[in-house]
Amino acid sequence: MPSDVNHVVEFPGGYTRSVGPVIGRFLSELRDGRLVGVRTSEGRVLVPPTEYDPDTGDDVTGEFVEVGPVGTVTTWSWVAHPAKEHPFDRPFAWALIRPDGADTALVHALDLGVFDAGAEPPKTLKTGMRVRPKWRAERTGTIGDIECFLPEVTMINPQAKLEFRLSGGRALRRYLEGISQGRIFGNRCPVCEAVIVPMKETCPRDGVPMTEEVELPDVGTVTTFAVNNIPDPRAPAVPFVSGYVLLDGAGVTMLTLIAGVPADQIRMGQRVRAAWKPREEWDASVGNIKWFEPIDEPDVPFDEIKDYL
Amino acid sequence: MREVAVVAFTQSEHSGEDQGLLETEILAPVIGEIKERTGLTRFGFTCSGSCDYLQGAPFAFVSALDTVGAWPPISESHVEMDGAWALYEAWVKLQIGEIDTALVYGFGKSTQNDIRAIFTQQHDPYYLAPLGVDNVSLAALQARAYMDESGVKEDDLRAVAARSRAAGRGNPFALDLPDPADGAGYDVAPLREHDVAPLTDGAAAIVLAAGDKARELCERPAWITGIDHRVEPHSPGARDLTRSESTRIAGEKAGAAGVEIAELYAQFSHEELILREALGLGDDVTVNPSGGALAANPLMAGGLIRIGEAASRIHDGTAARTLGHASSGPCLQQNLVCVMSGEK
Repeated sequence: MPSDVNHVVEFPGGYTRSVGPVIGRFLSELRDGRLVGVRTSEGRVLVPPTEYDPDTGDDVTGEFVEVGPVGTVTTWSWVAHPAKEHPFDRPFAWALIRPDGADTALVHALDLGVFDAGAEPPKTLKTGMRVRPKWRAERTGTIGDIECFLPEVTMINPQAKLEFRLSGGRALRRYLEGISQGRIFGNRCPVCEAVIVPMKETCPRDGVPMTEEVELPDVGTVTTFAVNNIPDPRAPAVPFVSGYVLLDGAGVTMLTLIAGVPADQIRMGQRVRAAWKPREEWDASVGNIKWFEPIDEPDVPFDEIKDYL
Repeated sequence: MREVAVVAFTQSEHSGEDQGLLETEILAPVIGEIKERTGLTRFGFTCSGSCDYLQGAPFAFVSALDTVGAWPPISESHVEMDGAWALYEAWVKLQIGEIDTALVYGFGKSTQNDIRAIFTQQHDPYYLAPLGVDNVSLAALQARAYMDESGVKEDDLRAVAARSRAAGRGNPFALDLPDPADGAGYDVAPLREHDVAPLTDGAAAIVLAAGDKARELCERPAWITGIDHRVEPHSPGARDLTRSESTRIAGEKAGAAGVEIAELYAQFSHEELILREALGLGDDVTVNPSGGALAANPLMAGGLIRIGEAASRIHDGTAARTLGHASSGPCLQQNLVCVMSGEK
């Protein structure tokens, strides 16, 4: 349509219509915040009500039945660019909604939240979804007394925050002291002689106090790994790789990020080295090591790492 | 039953842009041409289909009578619908037997108005019109319901649009529309831009004649062997939108079985699929060789054009038995089926 409108057809003040006892009852109930249907002589409940049974043309009965207000979406369409006649100026859905207890469905708008103009239909918009009316505070007895329908509440997201004052204990404190200087400490079990890293107060296998401190290189071998496709604030990108690295000389693996190459080029047995943050950013935190990166050394044969998976 | 046939069909070269012509100026050459073609200047009955809301003037159809010539006074009627329903009225008049010829025409201009807002006003004033829900949004509700039910995918709709547009490019009267673009956006999802019939200005006319008069006017008349019109409840929520029961019954009553060519008035891609199922059209039936409404959709003439196109295939001898379909109302509410044959 050309933008320079030069002809307007309008009924000033609107067009007064009598609505009769059936539609009138529906609109009156709507004004009171209730959704009702009318029963046909065959027992079906029509919503919105008509004076006749659409199947037979017979008069409906005088019986009005409260339905819903929750209903099921039987079909939908998604308006990415609303027109000025539409109830929203941002993307929304139209839906056919069959209220619980009704045998027919009514057309109404469905609000799924705020979307940018032109947005694709959201994944949450589905045939079969359960919705309920959002009533206007000021109702006048029109179909617009329902501002729109909203999805039923199916999930909540309560926020939880607890605050603590933790200390790491002797072994962890010593470990972090090392990390804050760019060194990696483990300790050796006097019984099994395995080097445990990060340091622990007692050997997790033998339950005896650790006696000997051992400094380990920041070089090791990937024993196993996983490719993650869900974003994580600590990871450089998606997909990212988390893996177990067996530092040279250690008896247990460390869980760490592995990066610096595309995810599909990481292998079991691959040699890696810690990528440290710039020295001025170091503190007493394992975060001093950003991740491990592959180095140019031959892979370790599987037999040598098979006990550390 | 009296033998009645479509003996002539003319249409304008439809336009997707405002040509600066009044509706009557679009119509006049079409009427002029059909008079010349049949050699008739007077008709036993004249009936037209149009919609005053398209130009926002009451009794707008009356001015179109200037193109027909109403002096000495003529027998005339008008339907505020597609010209296909005017044809039905004329067919009934011919059945009564007092006349032997009828002129039927339809016209509409979509480029001078906001057609979706106008269609919103055709809905009931209690439940639908106040919501502002437009015909494309309602069609998309039907498309979603049909796709959920049938398993039809968006690519299947796109194939309908692509075939229609390709056929339309071979039709000198239809619009010249490109193949559906890769990455075409949604209009109202799940309908994409190419799934929605284009805005179109245009007009069409048909001459009906009975018995020997038809044989005199046309070498190979398209005899109407069956015509039927069925209507469903207005409220989309009171219907099963995944099928078109009214089309099925109209097709059965009109004798749709065995047609070679079907011209279906599908204004949205998914409608063609629903109509094919309702009419039981197999893969051996050629559907919309003209390109259909997806290639040119002059409102109030689109259904009449389907009947005219179907008749033309009999006139030119390419088919022995064809079908024209017209539709009106939200989500294929009303459907008219006209079956024609070259043999009587």
